[in-house]
Amino acid sequence: MSAVQTTSPTPDDTRKRGPLAEVLLSLLRSGTFLTGFAIVMFWVACALFGEHFAPYDPLADDIINALAPPSAEHWFGTDQIGRDVFSRVIVGSRDILTVAPLATLLATVAGTALGLLTGYFRGLVDDVVSRILEAFMAIPVVIVALLAIVALGTSKTTVIVVIGLSFAPIIARTVRSAVLAERELDYVAAAQLRHESAAHTMFVEILPNVIPPILVETTVRLGYAIFAVATLSFMGFGIQPPSPDWGLSISNNYGMIGGGFWWTVLFDALAIASLVIGVNLAADGVHGALND
Amino acid sequence: MTKSAKAENALELRDLSVAYRVAGRNRAVLRNLSLNIGQGEAYGLVGESGCGKSTVALTVVRYLPRNGSITGGAISLDGQDVMKLDAEALRRARAESVSMVYQDPGKALNPSIRVGRQLTEIFELGGITGKAVEDRAVAMLNRVRISDPTSVMQRYPHQLSGGMQQRVAIAMALANDPSMLILDEPTTGLDATVEAEVLDLIAQLRQELSASILFISHNLAVVSNMCDRVGVLYAGMLVEEGPTEVVFNDPRHPYTVALLRCLPRGGQRKDQGRLDTIPGFLPGIGVDIKGCAFADRCALADDRCRSELPPLYDLGGRLSRCFYHEKAQALPRATPSDVAPAPKAAAVPVLRVAGLNKTYSSHGHALRAVKDVSLDLRPGETLGLVGESGSGKTTFARLLLGLVPPDDGGTIVLEGKALAPRLENRSDDQIKAMQIVFQNPDSALNRSHSIRHLIGRALKRLAGLSGKALEARLNDLVRSVRLTDRHLAVKPRQLSGGLKQRVAIARAFAGDPRIVVCDEPTSALDVSVQAAILNLLADLQSKEDVSYIFISHDLAVVRYLSDKIAVLYLGRIMELGPSEDVFSGPHHPYTEALLSAVPKLDQTETARIRLDGEIPSATNPPSGCVFHTRCPRKIGAICEQQEPPLSEAQPGHSIRCHIPYEELARLQKEVVTEPA
Repeated sequence: MSAVQTTSPTPDDTRKRGPLAEVLLSLLRSGTFLTGFAIVMFWVACALFGEHFAPYDPLADDIINALAPPSAEHWFGTDQIGRDVFSRVIVGSRDILTVAPLATLLATVAGTALGLLTGYFRGLVDDVVSRILEAFMAIPVVIVALLAIVALGTSKTTVIVVIGLSFAPIIARTVRSAVLAERELDYVAAAQLRHESAAHTMFVEILPNVIPPILVETTVRLGYAIFAVATLSFMGFGIQPPSPDWGLSISNNYGMIGGGFWWTVLFDALAIASLVIGVNLAADGVHGALND
Repeated sequence: MTKSAKAENALELRDLSVAYRVAGRNRAVLRNLSLNIGQGEAYGLVGESGCGKSTVALTVVRYLPRNGSITGGAISLDGQDVMKLDAEALRRARAESVSMVYQDPGKALNPSIRVGRQLTEIFELGGITGKAVEDRAVAMLNRVRISDPTSVMQRYPHQLSGGMQQRVAIAMALANDPSMLILDEPTTGLDATVEAEVLDLIAQLRQELSASILFISHNLAVVSNMCDRVGVLYAGMLVEEGPTEVVFNDPRHPYTVALLRCLPRGGQRKDQGRLDTIPGFLPGIGVDIKGCAFADRCALADDRCRSELPPLYDLGGRLSRCFYHEKAQALPRATPSDVAPAPKAAAVPVLRVAGLNKTYSSHGHALRAVKDVSLDLRPGETLGLVGESGSGKTTFARLLLGLVPPDDGGTIVLEGKALAPRLENRSDDQIKAMQIVFQNPDSALNRSHSIRHLIGRALKRLAGLSGKALEARLNDLVRSVRLTDRHLAVKPRQLSGGLKQRVAIARAFAGDPRIVVCDEPTSALDVSVQAAILNLLADLQSKEDVSYIFISHDLAVVRYLSDKIAVLYLGRIMELGPSEDVFSGPHHPYTEALLSAVPKLDQTETARIRLDGEIPSATNPPSGCVFHTRCPRKIGAICEQQEPPLSEAQPGHSIRCHIPYEELARLQKEVVTEPA
């Protein structure tokens, strides 16, 4: 009698998998996510092990071979002091892939806390905090960075703090709107009817249910953070020489384009573009998987 | 529409099979379904959720979701083979000959387009132009009894009440004079009074139109009032079919028999016997069914039922898919009917509410959601709160619980101690003494937590238990709501609606409450599950001596569980008294109208009282008696000028009406209202 088992309280066997397993499964089925993930993983591998398979030392100059065009020896050519561009592009992912994720993490933690606070308490707390966050969002990142450098000096930490704090209000806004919707659900009233503390209600009851939008926002912000790190480095406020960082390289070499030495800039620019596209594709995939 | 010769049947389904593709596998939803709907006939399709009712509606016009496919059989609409239609012919068929009306009119209408435009669009598609379009739209709205069509056409859907929206949706469905009208739960989201209005309208339109109707509903009473013939669907198969009256009065399939027994009928009360239930669950979508689909839940089933699919026996104008159709009504009860005698309610009230008010401010206007409500509740007693939506039932419950603070002045006294207006200021003992079972368990149970965590946390906070003691109490509690250990590890979404509601009940009972507010706890559930939950609530009450405040729009359900009834209208108590007195009357004209609006299975044709219009806005309530604008028994100027007091007509039975009690008794004797 096969039908007896089917009359269990979980009649539909697709429901037996946990929500996490379902999300992972749908990520693995998403071409968008897999493409993006592959690109990002490529650069992560370069950051971790680049030194070992880069053909040259990215910092070693070779002034005789300066500004050599791409060739079998130097696939991407050499820069103005003869450093191998290919090796520099590969190892150049290291700093940006440390700074951007850490900045995003800081933004996510701070933004989630602020979003929970404003969305849960509403009223005066929300009004005051939200106005401050809005004012903060109105200041361009570059100006914040300038001020921070004056105050803190240039370092990776400064970049992380600047980008992290600039992105936190944006994440806070997303979390707040998700929390506002959750707060209307009866399980929050049920928690109040147990005299739960505000902290318990926020972090144990509500937070697990707003993880999906936070995850999506984080991956999207990571793309922007990479872009912002590259921009700050290009402007000289970010990662400092002698790092082979992409933004920094472009900044050092863009004057050469006029002389026809395009390879000193193009490959770094493509690297930045591919990483941002990779992160955005992965973010799209995550968004799709969580909103099915 | 000029069709050469009408086919004999408006709709014919022949051996129709439909499957949904889920996780790479085709799962059967409809299995060899055959049915005919004659020209001008109204055919009702009933069954519990998940049995494939709505799929039938979608399949008729091949409107299945992307993962759905017709795996076999034929559909013939007015003699036309729907399966053979090309895209253009199918579009024409959907536009011209079949119309659908869905459950939620708010979703069927475009919120950003005026009602008039949405209507005229249909006529323009039909090739009508200019002034004629406008006229046709007005005529259509007149047809669905909308009194001022021109002003309604200027409005947006959200500016109309639910009943009005559904009328507009029906007007749109009728615009092209369809030959087939499919109504999929058209009144399910509506108040009883509005439901009655819409059903009356559909019944009247049937006289005027030639359209055949496929009426899909889970509500047996509604189908019994509206349809000529009825088909009972179970696991995608037709298990019984026949003339409505015959099927409901003399069912020949155990499933139909059991379904009818789940309903509290004829004024049944909790102390008179438990409701019957249907054990087990509907087979999952797409499982292989060897024998009779209902065999696992049927006490009459034997080996033959489990191994061999019964044919549809023709019993002379009716069909039954049961080997033992002649003894179907001998189906043994799944739940014994005997009840433990209820403890006599003690004289000292556990809860006293006096002069409770709640005023919201809405765009600068005062909105009096609850006005001057006073009542007592004794231990072990159930107070039923009834009234249309917007009458203040839920607000009143939230005031009691402290989720919303009341206006200054009123008092809530629990076991002799006054309760603070706000939840934060109440003691732990006070909060655990009053808990709630919410309407929608999906909202009430945190979807991130396991059942063990949900109930365990309540035990920890409300009963102050931990460790071994908590574990022991958890097991007791889980068993007392008839859940088992294997339910504990899962998350709410892995449970069915009825099981989720049991978890919510367990949580409410964690701290040995004195009072549990039940806010429409069964309205999202199927009747068989509803019966089990009502039995559970009644059992827990007689065991724990707990009091209930029971809110429901289903008067039969309220009557089954309640000892005392409060009828609310615009936040005021219009009638308060023992359940039997309120239901059997004489009662307030509003109560009378509410009772008369409920569709009944055991229909004896009675003159019905209809309420016109909508419940007035609480920001601007009518002068005098707030009910005078809709009251069928209004006596004159006094009703418009003076608000009648809530006066005690009989000991314990109060009515807020200018008409004296004896006069009400005389008036209401003329129209014998059949109780719910």
